[in-house]
Amino acid sequence: MAKTVSFISRNWDKYDPTSLASYESIGGFSALKRVLDGFDIVARLTEADVQGRGGAAYPMGKKWDQARAVKGEHKVNVCNADEGEPCTFKDRNIISHDPFQMLEGMIICGYTVGAQDGYIYLREEYKHLRPLLLSAIDQCEKAGYLGDNIQGKEGFNYRIHLYSGAGAYVCGEGTALVESIEGKSGRPRMKPPFMKQNGLFYLPTCVNNVESYSIVPGLVMDGEGFYKSQGTPECPGTKMVSVGGNVKHPGVFEVPFGVTIRDLIDLAGGVLDGHEIRLVQLGGASGKIATPDQLDTLYTYGDMRKADLTPIGSGAVLVIDDRTSVIDFLRMTQEFFCHESCGQCTPCREGNRHIKLILDRVAEGTHTETDMEKLKKYADIMTQASLCGLGTSAQSALLTALKKFPEAFAIKS
Amino acid sequence: MSELVNVKINGLPIAVPKGTHIIEAARMLHIDIPHLCYHPDQTIKAHCRMCSVEVSGNSKLLAACSTQVWEGMEVWTETKKVYDAQIGILELILADHKTECLVCARNGCCDLQNLCRRFNLLKPELEDLSSKEPVTVTSAAIVHDPAKCVKCGRCVKACAEYQGVSALTYSRRSGDFKVSSAFDDPLETTDCVLCGQCSLICPVGAIVERDHTGEIWKALHNPNKHTIVQVAPSVRVALGDEFGLPEGAIVTGKMVSALKMMGFDKVFDTNFSADLTIMEEGSELLDRIKNGGKLPMITSCSPGWVNFAEKHHPAVLEHLSSAKSPQAMFGAVVKTYYAEKMGWDPKDIVSVSIMPCVAKKYEAQRPEMGRDGYQDVDIVLTTREFAKLIRYVGIHFDELPDAEFDSPLGIGSGAGAIFGATGGVMEAALRTAYEVYTGKTLPRLEFEPVRGEICDIREATIDLDGTEIKVAVSNGLKNADILMKQVEEGTSPYTFIEIMACPGGCIGGGGQPIGTSHEVRRKRIESLYKLDQSLPLRKSHENPEIKTVYEEFFGAPLSHKSHELLHTHYKARPKPYDFSNLK
Repeated sequence: MAKTVSFISRNWDKYDPTSLASYESIGGFSALKRVLDGFDIVARLTEADVQGRGGAAYPMGKKWDQARAVKGEHKVNVCNADEGEPCTFKDRNIISHDPFQMLEGMIICGYTVGAQDGYIYLREEYKHLRPLLLSAIDQCEKAGYLGDNIQGKEGFNYRIHLYSGAGAYVCGEGTALVESIEGKSGRPRMKPPFMKQNGLFYLPTCVNNVESYSIVPGLVMDGEGFYKSQGTPECPGTKMVSVGGNVKHPGVFEVPFGVTIRDLIDLAGGVLDGHEIRLVQLGGASGKIATPDQLDTLYTYGDMRKADLTPIGSGAVLVIDDRTSVIDFLRMTQEFFCHESCGQCTPCREGNRHIKLILDRVAEGTHTETDMEKLKKYADIMTQASLCGLGTSAQSALLTALKKFPEAFAIKS
Repeated sequence: MSELVNVKINGLPIAVPKGTHIIEAARMLHIDIPHLCYHPDQTIKAHCRMCSVEVSGNSKLLAACSTQVWEGMEVWTETKKVYDAQIGILELILADHKTECLVCARNGCCDLQNLCRRFNLLKPELEDLSSKEPVTVTSAAIVHDPAKCVKCGRCVKACAEYQGVSALTYSRRSGDFKVSSAFDDPLETTDCVLCGQCSLICPVGAIVERDHTGEIWKALHNPNKHTIVQVAPSVRVALGDEFGLPEGAIVTGKMVSALKMMGFDKVFDTNFSADLTIMEEGSELLDRIKNGGKLPMITSCSPGWVNFAEKHHPAVLEHLSSAKSPQAMFGAVVKTYYAEKMGWDPKDIVSVSIMPCVAKKYEAQRPEMGRDGYQDVDIVLTTREFAKLIRYVGIHFDELPDAEFDSPLGIGSGAGAIFGATGGVMEAALRTAYEVYTGKTLPRLEFEPVRGEICDIREATIDLDGTEIKVAVSNGLKNADILMKQVEEGTSPYTFIEIMACPGGCIGGGGQPIGTSHEVRRKRIESLYKLDQSLPLRKSHENPEIKTVYEEFFGAPLSHKSHELLHTHYKARPKPYDFSNLK
């Protein structure tokens, strides 16, 4: 069995997450102090080749470097804690076990990119974490980690605000997220303009995921290069994954890049006795699916991409066993997107509805050759022409299933 | 000179200014990339995705409306990938659209119909998933059919960007996503002011004006009725668009011919009553200046604006001129002075108006606009509905000879004509006010500083022979909102303000021909000023028919009789707006 590692999760159960003093007692906020003293975190992020953990895998060093370069008197950074991808629950565990590390990461980001305000967009279903976060923010303010002239750094004024979502999946998409914080309906904006220039309140905005922020303090203090020693030469580091579905012990694990998909499933205790794996969906509902014979694929951005799998994405690993047919799985996914499309662009609003109807016919066995052509055609159109990432990725599972499980779509004559 | 960017579209090179979108660059190369939500006068929505095109080096298609060109960009608008995507998107839109094209108000002038024709879509490819929501017809002027809505958002943008009203917005999500009023309330109970810009900009028949053409035929087919029609100033420079004439063509004579061929007993000119409005409103302005009345005085001839004031700025109502609009004055004159003159019972008169406007339908139904159980104007048609009547009769409009308006309510001055353009009422009023106030003849009739641009605010200082007054002109209610906040705060520096609800004034009204863009609006404005210049009579107070109507009936402006028939009052409308007592 592959070994788990502790880098991002190294503080878990080592301190009392409700207490700043407890966090400080294990060395908390020394990373911030080091950065305030001139440590170049952007160089470290770049050198360690850290990819953002929100799903798009944008290199963090590049993102922060660009954000830093954008001119603006008022800039903001955002912590995306919407964690809406089904079977993704690592951020929940990060926040509940180690809220201060995430806040420290946000403050370091704020200092680095020149932001005055940070916003946490917390998933509606995580409202039980609100008191924890509010108290943590409050303690940081009182201790001078937030507010004016932070830690004596003249002119470094930075505050963190907590917002809760209202339950829409699409609000995990950066532009919909900021619309939602602004009090509008959570519908994505077209790009350009890009978030880095015109994001929240049309201010320069740097958005990162909970896990991304939580990597930062450790990386600042990682003199020995532990992070980079993990993983593979092409894909160094560690990753938080959430493994769920038909496994014995669903849970969150920190692993080095380069383990296999099978290792991840084994960490969760494997499938229930007497069952076989039908398929594995990676990265959430918008992720591609793997067949049982792809389980030895290495869990790195490059290897996953080569195997036509979603490169890591949100870190979700959803295991489906032989009790669920491929088609029923796809219908469930389709149901999800029919519910969660924001509806503003044609391909996603209409495409999802028609694909659902065709999949229903496939399940009944009443589908035709024409149905199959349309399935492919409209799934392609959604992928090619939708306004935001929801629409362009919603048919990932279907499009991979068409290639990998053709027999599931066989036309009954 | 802005920086130029070199791009290739389908292999054809072109240099365009930096910031140009692909769709605009293609248009410069005479290529019209299919689109539905895109409109040159609005900010970009990028909702419909019809304009998806291929750009070399990009694995995904890009929306031509929202993607700015970059140096060296290579765009492909007719590859297989683009064709498959565009026709597929069209099929998806069509499956969400109630296709009752043969009995749709927009039959023959529908952007979706045009796209289907362009793509030669010969049968629906997908199940009909159009909305099952009922048509809303409760509004006095507007009909909303959610089942035809293609969710392009043009109406939402028009309501927000030109008017600042935002009575329409998006609600719900996924397949239930729709354009709706707040809480799905009926439009008339919302912030809506019935300007009808939504009906003008809708690419399909989802939002249209209430159709009253049927009532016209009932009246014309009834031998016991005297049918009298008035035509608003701006109709004559817009109607030609419906019949393939050049945009902005002046078609006054043909228009009068057509109305006579249809069988109207009398064809009169709203320009006449525009002059009458100037007599009353101009006198009111001078009266307010001399006698310390409420200033600034604000024009009141745009019914969308009056609705807006009553609903959104009730505190300014005392500033509105009490003079009725030209449509309403005309109606009142027809059913009193003219009926008396002809020896007709007002009840036997059907008073029809042809207006560039949707809100005029509501204005005509106001209880203040009638007496003794009848309304001064019985039927209000938009320019679009008027064109439908002409088509039904089978008139070859472009071939028609010119005819003259009937007398005695058929003469209008150039000042009356320019009522149709933003700044026109102001200019007309200033011509008369100056000469009445100073007793001198104006050395020059044109007041260029008050002639406006689309959706702007203009101000000017006018020298009334030693007395300087500051005036402001605005069009588009978003601008009215700015000026009214000043009035409410007591900081308005103006003596007289002209406000038109619609972009460009009446020539850009909500009832004008489909396809009325800002570019078209500019041409119509130009035509109205040309018309004014070509007329021998250019001042309202010199109109001989106006002189006669005062001599024979009203006595003088602001007389007791004028006040009774030509003036009105306004009242604050509590929200929700109550139109429920209207027919």
